[in-house]
Amino acid sequence: MIRIEPRAKVSNSSTIFIPIIAAIVSLLFAAIPIISAGANPLIAYVEMAKGVFGSVFAVSEMLTRATPLIFTGLAAAIAFRAKLWNIGAEGQLYLGAIAAVSVGSGFFDLPAIFLLPLIIVLGACAGAVGMVAPTYLKVRFGADEVVTTLLLNFIIIIFLQMLLEGPLQDPMGLGWPQSAPILDQGMFPPLIDRMRVHSGLILAVILAVIAHFMIKHSVWGFKLRAVGENSSAAKHAGININRSLFGVALLSGGLAGLAGVSEVAGLKGYLTADLSPGFGYAGIVVAMLAGLSPIGVLIASVFIASVFVGADSMSRAMGISSFLADLVVSVSLLCVLVGGFIAKFKIVRAGTGKKIL
Amino acid sequence: MEASTVLKLNGLAKRFGSILANDDVTIHLQKGEVLALLGENGAGKTTLMNMLFGHYLPDSGNIEIKSVNDDFVPLELGNPSAALTAGIGMVHQHFTLAENITAFENITLGAEPLFSLRRNQRKAEKKINNIMSNSGLEAPLDIPVGRLSVGERQRVEILKALYRDAHILVLDEPTAVLTPQEADALFSNLRRMTKQGLSVIFITHKMREVLSFSDRLVVLRHGKNVGSMETSNASEKKIARLMVGSETQKVFPKRITPGGPILSLNDISVAGRSKRDSLQNISLTLKSHEILGIAGISGNGQNVLADLISGLVLPDKGSILLKGVAIQNINPLNMIKLGFGRIPEDRHRQGIVGGLSVSENMVIERLDDPLIQNFGFLRSSVINDNAQTLSEKYDVRGPGIDQASRLLSGGNIQKLILARVFEQQPKIILANQPTRGLDMGAASDVQRHLIEARDRGGGVILISEDLDEILGLADRIVVMRDANLHDVNSSSREAIGLMMAGESV
Repeated sequence: MIRIEPRAKVSNSSTIFIPIIAAIVSLLFAAIPIISAGANPLIAYVEMAKGVFGSVFAVSEMLTRATPLIFTGLAAAIAFRAKLWNIGAEGQLYLGAIAAVSVGSGFFDLPAIFLLPLIIVLGACAGAVGMVAPTYLKVRFGADEVVTTLLLNFIIIIFLQMLLEGPLQDPMGLGWPQSAPILDQGMFPPLIDRMRVHSGLILAVILAVIAHFMIKHSVWGFKLRAVGENSSAAKHAGININRSLFGVALLSGGLAGLAGVSEVAGLKGYLTADLSPGFGYAGIVVAMLAGLSPIGVLIASVFIASVFVGADSMSRAMGISSFLADLVVSVSLLCVLVGGFIAKFKIVRAGTGKKIL
Repeated sequence: MEASTVLKLNGLAKRFGSILANDDVTIHLQKGEVLALLGENGAGKTTLMNMLFGHYLPDSGNIEIKSVNDDFVPLELGNPSAALTAGIGMVHQHFTLAENITAFENITLGAEPLFSLRRNQRKAEKKINNIMSNSGLEAPLDIPVGRLSVGERQRVEILKALYRDAHILVLDEPTAVLTPQEADALFSNLRRMTKQGLSVIFITHKMREVLSFSDRLVVLRHGKNVGSMETSNASEKKIARLMVGSETQKVFPKRITPGGPILSLNDISVAGRSKRDSLQNISLTLKSHEILGIAGISGNGQNVLADLISGLVLPDKGSILLKGVAIQNINPLNMIKLGFGRIPEDRHRQGIVGGLSVSENMVIERLDDPLIQNFGFLRSSVINDNAQTLSEKYDVRGPGIDQASRLLSGGNIQKLILARVFEQQPKIILANQPTRGLDMGAASDVQRHLIEARDRGGGVILISEDLDEILGLADRIVVMRDANLHDVNSSSREAIGLMMAGESV
């Protein structure tokens, strides 16, 4: 029998090498289905790398994909730090997007310098609103926020579908369930000419850095960490738990809302019910990979976006099924998560206590 | 002599990094004896027992246990189930019970198949009842352990070991949670069982118990066996000298005439599910220059009282008066601002946030203080300087002020809490079981600070199960029982002990 014990100290070299080893192992594992699909894995991986780093366009695509992941990753990381399990980033993302198209598609005809900030602020507020009810139910009645936030996702998406067939439907849209486009001055300016990567990325990076700084150096962050680590002691020490939870909840919802804003006002221009291919849920994976650190979220988002975009372009270039891309993504995620586990825990033989790994 | 030895620990050594936790420790346990294992916190007692139970692998040395045919077989090292099957039972200081299942289920858990016939369950119940009547250790079997008092939980722990037919029983700080009468009963029951062949190792700090109940004692210091003697040859002075290397001075508080009342609880009731988590029409007055000792077995409402004074629980009825003025906003922050210093019972759960650093835990109660923060941002240099100064002043030792506070030992966690509380010069101090589980050095530090606070003019409410501590420190004593406070006229330990147990005097 084996036993799992926490490592006394996570060494510096292991934090660098374990992710690298995990990445290599994941490539080895992913080679199996690639070979069985009749392709040469080496060429496939070269194609994959080209798809991520091979050109300015490739990098731009990868960063475009990373942008919403940073927002939803931050939303999850901050909430999870306080042990508030917000699984509702997907719904909050759509709330942010709804707010963005509501004010951005002609309701206010303002110059860019006013309209874009207005869209950002209202989108964040709308996302935050999505957390009010779950947090109130948790604080007041002890309702499990995992359940309430998760179920709200479906409610919000159905609500969105109703809006897209009704008040938000584009009158020029030939009856498609999509919103009117956001005015040009309400869009995030692109970062590179004729590329898709937009300045929403800058906002995401700035927010990650601010979040990192706030968690470490502000009284607010101190309270958040205290509540998350040991809420009884925090309460005993005079920290208002409910207030902290509400603050974190609103912020988390707001960040998730910004993911929707950035997708709508940075990329698509209009809102449809398939705006997000699960960015809200992927944000949870990002946050866990990042060890709930905001700076880690930046790295994890880039990693996951690279795997997504790289695997996609590989399957196109090699003519193999695009489902294989999903498989590569899942295998590499599992490998990195196992690697993170091994970095934190050691495996010993139960009988002798001899270290195996 | 050799013929009756049942367990041999031979030259055990264990090193953790730069610390030699156990250094060539040899102990032989005789059949039917009570062996006391003494030592300061960090002397290596727990490490030694953890090697016996296979939780740690010794760096050198071995363990032999007498088998049925009277020869010694080596115990498989590093395997917890080997110790269990060899008939060694352990009762930990921090209980290892599942709180959401009943005592019966806890006792049989792991010893019996998960799904057993009702007939087998009845058999198990019969066995437990048998053990209970033989040992005198009574505990309700059919309610979840989470609702039992600490004392009852400990009895369940002992029953659990005995149920597994242990013939060697290791008890870590067994009496910390018992009344003197209960402790006496426990030891006389243990005595009865040792006559039937049980061998007992008990780890303790309490001299009185060692001297009156053990047959032999072994003292550990810095991981070494520094002395072992027959208890009949030992004295308190001798043991203390061995434990700390020199004789320690016992705290003898100077009695001061108390001043005017500073805190009054007026006819306060708190509703709870049972008597252990409620208060019934409690009135209490604390004067300045006074240590008020609240004696009692845990689970009689002490924690509700502590939570009330800490601001965690609101009274359903009655009021709290501070110098004659009713406190309006009862919440932890307001209580801290009004000058309450609180030392919680459960240091790990309520006292510190283990994941935060030592320096952060030292300022966690004064985050509003402009010394600590600037426009909502922490002044880390001030916070670190504060931690550096306080660590030296209060002798908090650990891996560093910037390290997670959970890495500190129990005694150092308590010193951290003392530093945090007493640096604010509190007017009223609530100390709930402040020395439980601490070694003599740390415990006397705690007591010294309580006395200093009293001498400065503060009022101290000392809730403790350790009657010796209450008798030594308190200027006035009340007994808490069944969610109520009872005045004490006599100061004899017997009379107070009887009141704690519920007898009218």
